[in-house]
Amino acid sequence: MSKVHVTTRVNGDPVEFLCTPEQTLVDVLRDTLDRTGTKEGCSTGDCGACSVLLNGRLVCACLVLAVESEGAEVTTIEGIATEEGLHPIQEKFLEHAALQCGICTPGFIVATKALLDKHPEPDEETIRYWLAGNLCRCTGYDKIIRAVQDAATTLAHEA
Amino acid sequence: MAEATEFKAIGTRPVRPDGVDKVTGRAQFGADLNLPNMLYGKVLRSPHAHARIRRIDLDAARAMPGVHAVVSGADFPGAQHGEIGGEGGGDVADVAKNVMARDKVLYHGHPLAAVAATSQAIAEAALAAIEVEYEVLTPVLDLEAAMAPDAVLVNENCFTKNLPEPAEKPSNIASVMTLARGNVDEGFELADVIVEGEYRIPMAHQGYIEPHACTATVNESGQATVWTCTQGHFALRTQTANILDMSVADLKFIASEIGGGFGGKTVVYLEPVAVMLSTQARRPVKMVMSREEVFRASGPAAGSCAKIRVGAKKDGTITAATAWLAYEAGAFEGAPMGPGAMCVFAPYDLENFRVEGFDVLVNKPKVAAYRAPGAPQSMHAMESALDDLARELNMDPIDLRLKNAVAEGSQAAYGPKFPAIGFRECLEAAKAHPNYQKPVPEGAGRGVAAGFWFNAGMESSAEVHINEDGTVQIIEGSPDIGGSRASMALMAAETLGVPYEKIRVLVGDTEASGFNNVTGGSRTTFATGMAVIQACEDIIAQCKDRAAKTWGVDADQVEWEDGQAIPAPGVNAELKPLTLAEIMKTAARTGGPILGRAALNARGPGAGFSVNFGDLKVDRETGKVDVLSFTAIQDAGKAIHPAYVEGQMQGGAVQGLGWALNEEYIFDGNGVLENPGFLDYRIPVASDMPMIDTQIIEVPNPSHPFGVRGVGETPIVAPLAVAANAVRDAIGRRVHDLPLSPPNVLAAIEEG
Repeated sequence: MSKVHVTTRVNGDPVEFLCTPEQTLVDVLRDTLDRTGTKEGCSTGDCGACSVLLNGRLVCACLVLAVESEGAEVTTIEGIATEEGLHPIQEKFLEHAALQCGICTPGFIVATKALLDKHPEPDEETIRYWLAGNLCRCTGYDKIIRAVQDAATTLAHEA
Repeated sequence: MAEATEFKAIGTRPVRPDGVDKVTGRAQFGADLNLPNMLYGKVLRSPHAHARIRRIDLDAARAMPGVHAVVSGADFPGAQHGEIGGEGGGDVADVAKNVMARDKVLYHGHPLAAVAATSQAIAEAALAAIEVEYEVLTPVLDLEAAMAPDAVLVNENCFTKNLPEPAEKPSNIASVMTLARGNVDEGFELADVIVEGEYRIPMAHQGYIEPHACTATVNESGQATVWTCTQGHFALRTQTANILDMSVADLKFIASEIGGGFGGKTVVYLEPVAVMLSTQARRPVKMVMSREEVFRASGPAAGSCAKIRVGAKKDGTITAATAWLAYEAGAFEGAPMGPGAMCVFAPYDLENFRVEGFDVLVNKPKVAAYRAPGAPQSMHAMESALDDLARELNMDPIDLRLKNAVAEGSQAAYGPKFPAIGFRECLEAAKAHPNYQKPVPEGAGRGVAAGFWFNAGMESSAEVHINEDGTVQIIEGSPDIGGSRASMALMAAETLGVPYEKIRVLVGDTEASGFNNVTGGSRTTFATGMAVIQACEDIIAQCKDRAAKTWGVDADQVEWEDGQAIPAPGVNAELKPLTLAEIMKTAARTGGPILGRAALNARGPGAGFSVNFGDLKVDRETGKVDVLSFTAIQDAGKAIHPAYVEGQMQGGAVQGLGWALNEEYIFDGNGVLENPGFLDYRIPVASDMPMIDTQIIEVPNPSHPFGVRGVGETPIVAPLAVAANAVRDAIGRRVHDLPLSPPNVLAAIEEG
């Protein structure tokens, strides 16, 4: 099958790649573009480990065809920290010990970014439902929810 | 014993050393390594749960362009018999057949061939080109069928072990065990009340979010390097060497970061296959399981049937108890019958008891360790029975447990006398907890249960290097699955008197570190931590010696305080303290680099007890159960990094609640798993759970310098019965079997 040429932006950088039409965005990010921060846990959109932002919208990169990123802006975990350092969400995940093994962490942080961009002051229920698409098997979610609450507060103060 | 000591580093909550890499996507997990010239390996899996392989033809696959290696069972040498070691049970010779079937396939998804090709698509096409002729056999799919006298045999050469007389004919019962004390018949005679029940729990999966993955590369001299996500790269090296009949020296195992394991990543699946494919292809081979493969062919926890009978006097004193425990091992022996049997009565001081255990073969995937292997199944039954008993006696369930609880000096049901333990302290803390004082919300029920795990010691090694500026490098070999680098650094900081921030921790590969057994059994902070502490003590001894040389005094005239050598009282008070950095400045003149080390087999891991309670609400129309609140109380001995101790308690609670409420392997009549994905095998998500309240109890373990007990396994044990007892409280009927899924709970409500 002949490959398709795709022009996109990943974390602000212009990027071009060739992919087959059935290749998923997570495969291209990880294997073609070497952005392995995005994890793959299920390939069926059930675990959220591959959460990325596509034009600011939270998606599972395993459910998006790579060709769909043509002309789009893709934000991955590698694009969350800024030149000034870690994003407050990342800092709060560390401070609250909101990760144990860390495999789900990139997806949670990207999903949290999407949540707080849209709902800067979410209540606990809103956080739990927004993050219900991201599976964590280690923490029981408690410390993740607290980290997100704390990050929301911090970001609200910065704003 | 450090009971009264004020700690400086221990008990604080610093950011873990590997944290930044894990929140930025830098940390490299199992599937994150790609090597130049790499091939993709894929496994052909059995479409039948039980079949004889009549013929397997690899020629068409071998002939395909882009295919560089094709292997089947015939390419693998037969492994030597031997214990798997670490946390799981069973025989390495069986693991060899689990990795690649020989004459028979024993479960749906059992590997029987593998290929390596230049792309995943070509590898998949090559698998499709492999021709296999099967003689399909009747699968054995549950404990009753497997234990029936005329059962179809999973393994015609399996003769029951540990019978009083050697077995005469083969059976699906791989082994049996008995634990007993006193006279149960007399004990039941003394009872005023007797409760009994039969409890079934289906297989469940560990559910780590990272699928198994490895990359192997073998060079022309036969030396292999294997990068893999594992709880124990040394254990996997040993298993691979055995299975492939290789020298351990020819296998270098590098542990990547690991995305969860819970016991399921202590045994090889892909690694020997990847080494074999790479040997044939002479190129690196990467293998990554799909989620479906993870469910079908790796790790589940054993399904079980437990029959419990408990008798007690009116005041709650248990006079006798019996347990009959059968565990599904899957296709090969090695269900956690032993630990399950040893745990079932462990929290209680019983004069008369009898436990019978059965390790039973069925045509399902070979089970692997899962967090306190065996204990959740058996203790769910016992803790449910105690709940029934408390109701019969009209006693508070915590009081009933206090009445019978083991304490220091009690003879454990599994043998030894307990040293200092914290079970009573956990029970008393539960009783006094504000959440326990609150009334049970309308429509909900409250459940209480205890948990127990022995914890493990085993082999660990550590080195501590002092860098030339006085900073510290630790090298150990226990994969960091949940923050152990932080606990190692904290214990080193405490021992050396050096700030935590000046310490780095490397989980070394098998060529860089001394032998470390698996990160499992809740042993790492205890045992590897003990090795780190001893290596730091070795450093201190050497530093005192260097200071003595610098000062021209005897080594016993030097003391170590707050990270500095100081003159002992009465020695020349003019001498200025020497920091690690100052000692290193002159190290070349005083004897060269400073390196401390320790290697040990840690004894006295210190039993871990917990008490959990929760309020669960049952929707009487749908049978859905919601967790309203949950409180976990556990003895950690000494919490090195309390946030990660709480994390273990919270994570274990939610895993246990998932198993109790929703998770189960569902097989069709042919032994095909019907829910091999996270959509249908639904683990708890954030919106399913409330905050999990924790209370850490600290009764120091007398065998550890800082009093540490393992904390990883115990948390999963109690929640199963907490959920069952809460549902019993809410609906007025006991649902004996798990999961407490809507259909099962609704059926119980409707029966009532």
